[in-house]
Amino acid sequence: MVLKVFFPSCCSSAESGILIGRWISEQNSAVILAVVHFPFIPVQVKQYLSELQRVTKVNVSVLGSWNNSKQEKEESLSEFLEDLGTIFSHEPWIQISKEGESKFWSCSTLQKRSNNHREEEIILVYYDQRKVMLSCLHPPLDTAASTAHEAEDASRLSAIFDTVAKSKVLFMTDKYDDGPIKLTHWQSDGVEASIIVELMKQASVPACMLLTFLLSLISGACKSRMLKFWPLSFLWSKLSTCEQLAHRLQHLQVISSNKKAQNQTQLMRKANIFVSLLIDVALGILLMSWLYRKNRIGHLADTLIPVADHVAEELQDLLQWLMGAPAGLKMNRALDQVLGRFFLYHIHLWISYIHLMSPFIEMILWYVGLSACLGLTVALCILSDIIALLTFHIYCFYVYGARLYCLKIYGLSSLWRLFRGKKWNVLRQRVDSCSYDLDQLFIGTLLFTILLFLLPTTALYYLVFTLLRLLVVIVQGLIHLLVDLVDSLPLYSIILRLCRSYRLAAGVKFRVLEQQDGKPLRLLMQINPLSYGSVVQTYRLPTYSCYPKDSWTSLCKKLFLGELIYPWKHKGEKQD
Amino acid sequence: VEERPFRSASGEPLALRRRQHSASCRELALRRPRLQLRSLSAVTSAVWLAAYGVFVLSENSMVLSAAIFITLIGLIIYLHFVKIDQESLLVIGSLGIQLTSSYASGKESTTFIEMSRVKDVVINEAIYMQKVIYYLCILLKDPQDPQGVSEVVPLFQSSQPRLDCLMEVYKSCQEILDQRKEAPQSS
Repeated sequence: MVLKVFFPSCCSSAESGILIGRWISEQNSAVILAVVHFPFIPVQVKQYLSELQRVTKVNVSVLGSWNNSKQEKEESLSEFLEDLGTIFSHEPWIQISKEGESKFWSCSTLQKRSNNHREEEIILVYYDQRKVMLSCLHPPLDTAASTAHEAEDASRLSAIFDTVAKSKVLFMTDKYDDGPIKLTHWQSDGVEASIIVELMKQASVPACMLLTFLLSLISGACKSRMLKFWPLSFLWSKLSTCEQLAHRLQHLQVISSNKKAQNQTQLMRKANIFVSLLIDVALGILLMSWLYRKNRIGHLADTLIPVADHVAEELQDLLQWLMGAPAGLKMNRALDQVLGRFFLYHIHLWISYIHLMSPFIEMILWYVGLSACLGLTVALCILSDIIALLTFHIYCFYVYGARLYCLKIYGLSSLWRLFRGKKWNVLRQRVDSCSYDLDQLFIGTLLFTILLFLLPTTALYYLVFTLLRLLVVIVQGLIHLLVDLVDSLPLYSIILRLCRSYRLAAGVKFRVLEQQDGKPLRLLMQINPLSYGSVVQTYRLPTYSCYPKDSWTSLCKKLFLGELIYPWKHKGEKQD
Repeated sequence: VEERPFRSASGEPLALRRRQHSASCRELALRRPRLQLRSLSAVTSAVWLAAYGVFVLSENSMVLSAAIFITLIGLIIYLHFVKIDQESLLVIGSLGIQLTSSYASGKESTTFIEMSRVKDVVINEAIYMQKVIYYLCILLKDPQDPQGVSEVVPLFQSSQPRLDCLMEVYKSCQEILDQRKEAPQSS
C-alpha cells in the first residue's frame, strides 16, 4: 500500500535529528509533529514521549530520522541515523533526507519484519502545522456521541486534524526553550498575541462577576410579584419591547457566566452574542446622538399629533365614502348608516384621547428615546410598539368588522343548510338531514334572505378594514424582520471567515508541487474554508419569534371566513 | 502531458489535458473556450445603444451613467460567478479525488472527496426532454448500508463533454481506482 507522510512545512529547515509524531496504521499514514535534534539521550527521549502521551492523550512515538545536510552527503551521519532505527524500534522506520537547498527530498523506509520487499510508493504531503492546529473541521464530529465503530471509520482528515490540534504543546516548544531534549520548530510567524487582548482577559473575570451580580438583581426585580398582576402581565406580553429586553438579558447572562466554553460551538456562540450586543449598542448610541442633535426628537414629537390627526381624518373620509356609494356599489342604507356612525364615533373618541395626551407627548418621547442607548433593536421595537398604539383604532375596527362578518358567514351557512333540509350534527361532526317544521322553515328562509342581502355591506366594511390592518401588520413585520436580522446574524463568525479563514475549515485541498523522477510525489495540503452561506447557517443565533406558520392557502381561508389572524406569533405564547 | 481536442454536448470545442504525476496520481483538466471579444462587445454595444435610446426619449443623463455602471457590475459578476474556464479532476490513489472549477476571474472552487467515501466512478445517462445526456459521476458510500449509494456527485457539469471524452476520463480514473482494490486492505 502507499505510505503517506504528512510533514509540517515549518520543520523544513530543521537540523538533522529524529522525527516524532503519530502513526495511523489503518490508513498507512504517518503524521509528523516535530523534529528532535542532537544532542539527545535516547532514554530521555522515551521518557519525554511517554510524558507527552499522558498529557495530550495522543499516541506519539519516534517515527524515523531526518537528515538535513547543508553540504554534501555526510556518510557517517546517515549510517548513525540508520542505527538509530534499532534503538527506537518502529515499523516502518521512515528516513527522509534533504540535500543542500534542493526542493526534492529523498524518502525511504526500512521494513524489518515484512516478508515482501516490494518498493512501496511514498507520498509526501506538506501541511501548515499552525493553521491545521487552530482550525476546526466542519461538520464537527461529536466525540462523546460517536460509537467505537464510527470512530474507526472516522475520516482520515478528522483524525489528522485531531492529532495536530491535541499536540499543541509540541508546536509551542522550539529549540530555544530549555528542556531535557531540544525540539526544532521554526515559527516563522511567531506566536500571535497582543497586549490589549491579554489585558482584556485579565479584566474580564471581575467584570463578569460584577455583571452576573447586576443581572441577578435585575432578573429578581423582574420576577417580583408586583409585576405579575393581571393587567400588567398582559401588557408586558403584548409589547415587543419587553420581549426584546428579556431576550437581550438572557444573552447577557450567557456571556457573563463563569463557566468556560466546553467546545468550539459554545465558544463561537458566546463570541457571536458578545459582538452582536456590542454592534447593537454602538448603533443605538449612534441613533441616539443623531436624534438628540438639533432637537430632532422635539420635532418628531411635534409632528406626531398632526400625523395622528391626519390619519383620523383620512379614516373619516374613508367612512364617508363607504356610507355613500363606494365604487359604484349600492349599499343598504340603514345598515350602512349604523355601521358608519358607529365607527365615526370611535374615531371621535380616539382623537379626543390623543388630544388629551398631547401636552405630555414630548416629554414621554424624550425619555423613551433615551432607551435607544440599550441598543438599536430596542429602539426599533419601541417604534413598532408606537405604531401599534397609534393604529389601535384600526385594529379595533378590524376586530369589529371581522366578528360581524364571521357571524354573518356562519349564520348564512347554517341557514343555507336549513334551506336545503340539512343540519350540522355536533356530536358526529358531519352534516345530517333533518326534517323541519313549517314555521321553522319560514323564519329560517326569511332570515337567510335578510342576511344574504345585507352581505355586501358587511363584506365591504370587512374588506376595507382588513386591508388597513394588513398594511399595519406588514409594516410591523418589516421592522421585526430587521430586529431579527440584527439579533441572529453571527458577525464574529463572518469576520473570522473574512480575516482568519483557516479557522473554519470545510475540508482540505491538495496542490501538486514540482515533481522529479525517482523522488516521492510531493503534495501541498491547504485548508478549504467554509463558504459564507454555511457559516451563517451553522452559527446563527436562535431568536424568539417564529415566522408565519400558516401557509398562504390557510391564510386565505381564514380571511374568507372572517376568523381573526395573528400572523406574528411569538414562541412560547399559548395558542388560543 | 497530452492534450486532445473534444466537443461538448452543445458543440463548443473543449481541450482535455492529461498529466500523470506519479503511478497513483493523475490530473485530468477540461478547458473551455474563453470569453470572446466579439460577444462581449456585442452585448456592451447593445446595452449602451438601448440606454442611449432611453436617454434621447427621457432627457435624463442618469440613464447613461446607470447603463455604464450596470455593464461593469454585470461583467464582474459574470466573470467571477458564472464563467467557468477550466474544470479539473485530480485523482490521488489512497488519498482521494479532488474536483476544481476555475472561473474566468481566477477564482477556484475546490471539493475534495476522500477515497474511503468513494464507491465508484461511473458514466450515467440522463434523458432530458428530447436529448440523452451522458455524464460522469462519483458514487459515494452509504455509512449505514455497505452496498448502498448515499450520494451521487456529477462531474464536469458546466463543460458537459460528449461520450468519447467521458470514456477517456473514465478509463484513467478506473486505472487508479483498480489499484486500491489490488492492494491489500489494512493489515
